Amino acid sequence: MTAEHKLDIRDGLRDSVPIAIGYFAVALALGITARQAGITPFQGFLSSFLNRTSTGEFAGYRLVLEQAPYIAMFVMTLIVNARYILMSAALSQRIPAGTPLWQRCIMAFGITDEIFGATILRNKPVSVWYSFCCATPAALGWAAGDATGILLGNVLPDRVVLALGVALYGMFIAVFIPPARKSKIIAVLVLVSFALSWIFTKVAPLSHLSSGNRIIILTVVIAGVASVLFPYDGDDELAEGEALDLSESEAGHA
Amino acid sequence: MHNNYLYILIMFAVTYAIRVVPMTLIRKPIENRFIKSFLYYVPYVTLAVMTFPAIVDASGAWWVGALALIAGAVAAWFGAGLFPVAAICCGIVFACSFLL
Repeated sequence: MTAEHKLDIRDGLRDSVPIAIGYFAVALALGITARQAGITPFQGFLSSFLNRTSTGEFAGYRLVLEQAPYIAMFVMTLIVNARYILMSAALSQRIPAGTPLWQRCIMAFGITDEIFGATILRNKPVSVWYSFCCATPAALGWAAGDATGILLGNVLPDRVVLALGVALYGMFIAVFIPPARKSKIIAVLVLVSFALSWIFTKVAPLSHLSSGNRIIILTVVIAGVASVLFPYDGDDELAEGEALDLSESEAGHA
Repeated sequence: MHNNYLYILIMFAVTYAIRVVPMTLIRKPIENRFIKSFLYYVPYVTLAVMTFPAIVDASGAWWVGALALIAGAVAAWFGAGLFPVAAICCGIVFACSFLL
């Protein structure tokens, strides 16, 4: 083990602490949703450790609640987590040539919005040691939070459960508002998404759609139309900049 | 009744494939403009669709949810991070629950 490896491990563990604490708190709220869907604490721990995607798991638990077909789970997970394709592609540009496949497979497992942000922020060639040491404690915090939320859902007073239930929505708001402030296109997309989502939820016969199908259809249609009308001409640097902004604002408060 | 472990396995297979395939296979930047744009817009649209009107329906009363949404949006607009915004939304719903 070289001095460089030791530095990677130390930095990874250090950066992981605030992320793991934040993850635990938010996953607690995710656990409330999981519990409603009939997920056991062990299943919650397992699914959260393996997936580490608040949006994806939230949507996934909703599908379990509805007992949706497996194919709906497949399509939904693919669409809702599509952004990781972009992050994985961006990180692939920063991996030193000759990095073995098994190391790439471990680094890929660790990708989340926050780990991606921390990795880019570090501004060094991506290292499997840093990636592993940063992602693993964060993943354990996320999984433990989910399992704890499922367990405590029983004990907590109703108004606390009600309040924790909006934590994820708050987190979602914090993700899409800052870019909406910077980009008129994203601001318009958010408002259009609100309006169409409201119509699809309240107006029959559209309201007969399950929430999972509603999210898939509206995401593909709105993002697809936007991509034709307003092609995003930023390069990878810009996409990374967005992620950096997220991780910075979060690191500052977590 | 579907099997929860099969649901979890499908989720894991998809989320891991999404993370690992580009990193192991793609050695050049994505050039296709439509795909780049689509990937760029997807998270914001998905999150917005999932947030509204769900937050309004999940807060005990519609005006409580609307209040939480507005307060969270204002805080995020002025730079509050993920956890402060989530805490503000929770706090508003908790406080208002005493009025319901």
